[in-house]
Amino acid sequence: MEELTNVVDWSRAQFALTAIYHWLFVPLTLGLGVIIAIMETIYYRTRDESWLATTKFWMTLFGVNFAIGVATGIILEFEFGTNWSNYSWFVGDIFGAPLAIEGILAFFMESTFIAVMFFGWKKVSPRFHLAATWLTAIGASLSALWILVANAWMQMPVGCEFNPATMRNEMTSFWAVALSPMAVSKVLHTVLSAWTLGGVFVVGVCAWMQLRGRNGDHCRRSLKVGAWVGVVGVLLTSITGDTSAVTVAKYQPMKLAAMEGLYKGDFQQSIVAAGILNPDKTPVNDEPAFLFDISIPYGLSILATHDPDAFVPGIQDIINGVSYDSEGNKINTVSYAERMEIGRRVRSQIAAYDVALRAGDKLALDTLHETINRDFAFFGYGYLDNPEEAVPNVPLTFYTFHVMVTIGGFLVVFLLAALLFVYKPKWLEGKRWAKWWYRLCVLAIPLTYLCSVCGWVVAEVGRQPWTIQDLMPNKVAISDLSASYVQITFWIFAVLFTALLIADVSIICRQICRKSQTDLDQVTD
Amino acid sequence: MIKYEILQNYWWLIMSVLGALLVFMLFVQGGQSMLFRADKAERELMTRSLGHKWELTFTTLVTFGGAFFASFPLFYSTSFGGAYWLWMLILLSFVIQAISYEYRNKYGNVYGKGFYDTLLLINGLCGPLLLGVAVATMFFGAEFTVTKSNLLNVRGATISTWGPLHGLEAIASWRNLLFGLMVLMLARTLGSLYFLNNIADEALRARQRRMLWFNGGAFVVLFLAVVAVLLTAKGVEVDAGGNARWVEYKYFHNLLAMWPLLVLLLAGTVLVLFGLCKSVLDKGYNTGIWPAGVGTFLVVLSLFCVLGYNNTAYYPSLLDTQSSLTIRNSSSSEFTLMAMAIVSVLVPFVLGYIAYCWRAMDREKVTRSQAD
Repeated sequence: MEELTNVVDWSRAQFALTAIYHWLFVPLTLGLGVIIAIMETIYYRTRDESWLATTKFWMTLFGVNFAIGVATGIILEFEFGTNWSNYSWFVGDIFGAPLAIEGILAFFMESTFIAVMFFGWKKVSPRFHLAATWLTAIGASLSALWILVANAWMQMPVGCEFNPATMRNEMTSFWAVALSPMAVSKVLHTVLSAWTLGGVFVVGVCAWMQLRGRNGDHCRRSLKVGAWVGVVGVLLTSITGDTSAVTVAKYQPMKLAAMEGLYKGDFQQSIVAAGILNPDKTPVNDEPAFLFDISIPYGLSILATHDPDAFVPGIQDIINGVSYDSEGNKINTVSYAERMEIGRRVRSQIAAYDVALRAGDKLALDTLHETINRDFAFFGYGYLDNPEEAVPNVPLTFYTFHVMVTIGGFLVVFLLAALLFVYKPKWLEGKRWAKWWYRLCVLAIPLTYLCSVCGWVVAEVGRQPWTIQDLMPNKVAISDLSASYVQITFWIFAVLFTALLIADVSIICRQICRKSQTDLDQVTD
Repeated sequence: MIKYEILQNYWWLIMSVLGALLVFMLFVQGGQSMLFRADKAERELMTRSLGHKWELTFTTLVTFGGAFFASFPLFYSTSFGGAYWLWMLILLSFVIQAISYEYRNKYGNVYGKGFYDTLLLINGLCGPLLLGVAVATMFFGAEFTVTKSNLLNVRGATISTWGPLHGLEAIASWRNLLFGLMVLMLARTLGSLYFLNNIADEALRARQRRMLWFNGGAFVVLFLAVVAVLLTAKGVEVDAGGNARWVEYKYFHNLLAMWPLLVLLLAGTVLVLFGLCKSVLDKGYNTGIWPAGVGTFLVVLSLFCVLGYNNTAYYPSLLDTQSSLTIRNSSSSEFTLMAMAIVSVLVPFVLGYIAYCWRAMDREKVTRSQAD
């Protein structure tokens, strides 16, 4: 059992490592892709060479970042098979489809047109080149769309039915998978947050140049596009963040409770704006949840349901199967103890189905199939040892959520200010505090990365212990591997990706430094 | 049921097409494996030429994996989780490739150009060799068992289990290695042919033509050896009741039973030999990559079809014959295959724009002045 825990933990660590490294690069690709496409469009329409020079400057940085995103992405796709082989069979019928579509429709688009984008300036017409740049950006976003649809399905498994004859889930509705509320909010929230990052990156890099008094005109051109994309991105990210919260409240209430450190829910539930969790608090004791907190009345009820009076269940309520409707009537949801019982029953029925299948007992097969499908929604709980096992890591989820929201709030104000300064440069020029603004702009880049990574930690840690929400816990999803094997590959990836990250950051910084010393109003190559 | 079987066959054909395209696109790796045989100026020409194409090979590999996951998830589950080291080595070799083209010439790349060129060399050698080994296990079998009901075991038993070496034993098998070496030499041959076509530099072309003698010759010898081994190898046949058994000369019988595949195989071989021989003998002939590329595609396509059709297990188990994977017992559901089949209608469109861009980008050949 200890070996099993180790394999699960190391496999999770390896997946988390590769996913976090991958996500360090992808959002910049998505955001910067749109920005350079807009810049090139302006060049195409105006034929102003200075816009071409600006486009090429950002394209260089895009290329460096793109390559490492590709490198880390391939590992993720294949890790589903290498480290989560039970998972690959259990849901491959549904999960594999978005991945394949991603390859056929998005990756080929990206990889074909990016070659034209980088090497085709003198080989294809300006119109075709512009189309290639847009198609590269669109291909990257389409790629994100399909992988996020796949991820959303893991959080909210819809459009499928369990087939006990094949021991797997099978797709019954492609559109239910592709257009589930979780998928829609996740795709929009994530892609738009990447626009925010792209915008902040442009603002930050330009601020660094302005601190050194370099290429003012280039910076103004860049900021006109970057700040707009950033503002549009951050405002829409905020709106879709709200939609995401409502979706999570409805379909993953345990995650929402962990995000807020909420153990005992209430009507008119307040939201914790800032707080320190009590480390002694567990789902089964009566310790206070916080050592210190600042709360906003009604906040969580509004966030979760858009109704200030609504009841929001806490961790203990969810475990005990207690909730209330909008009229204040008690609703008995299914407690986790009952879910575990149902899950075990379904498991034994599937085993019986397997026996009946071999025996050719058609009558038993029909009866069992019906009962299995009726109760299958709680199948995964049958693997749990106790209800508390279904509670995610509350401190990690809580703190990362609050870091994300805090930085997100800062970014709204920051990007609106950045946009304002684009159109009112005199408010900034010559002011003594201008250099502090520029430094803040540079600092905003790592802050936005932190915000972005925190968002993913909330999404993924908050749904633990589930690989597939309610259907498959991590410990069942694994491959037949020894922990030491996964440890070795974990460290190989850790060293390799860190080395590549160092090279990536070094190249980007040197490119910015070097190119900023040239005249970025002129096309040099 | 008939419709389901048609979809399963259709998706095996799609996988075969993707596999064939991937093997053709390995000319990128083949070219990389020859970087250190060239002087500095030629190396720049070669990397510049390959730098326009590496992403297509990479994408084809990723799509091949994704499409396998979608259409035959039991293979994905069994092979990737089982032959862990084999697949991890393949993946690592492609990870280091992905950044090298972009980083090698960039100021501030920390480790120096030579480091990234070494990474390209590693990918150039290991990528085709190990991919060849992985494909060879599909013909010659691998050490796994499949028990789907293990999913119900709360103690963490897995559906598929593998021998303790987790893929290292596959690399150590002489037949798999032979196959892998053949793929490597094919990739190098195609790499030379690609350089002849894509780089307008007489000194480089002369060197590549000389290298074709070795690469092409070694490939032909290895190809003949692999064909001989394949045609005399045992394969797993599955009867209508789903019972599997080892059969002598299975792939040979498949070729005879599906004679159009034999025609494809022979036509492909002739085309590869034509492209190779004419490129070696005719110093003005630089388009050998096209007949050889089409030939490669046809040969690989026919081999994949021989592997999957005619009631054959495309992934035989050496530990438990009944666990062997066929396109019937390892595929996705009818619904998913149908949904994916609708998406696959777009494949010709994708191939069309790839061809258009390829042509547009390659209209001008790579020259020394560009590389400078």
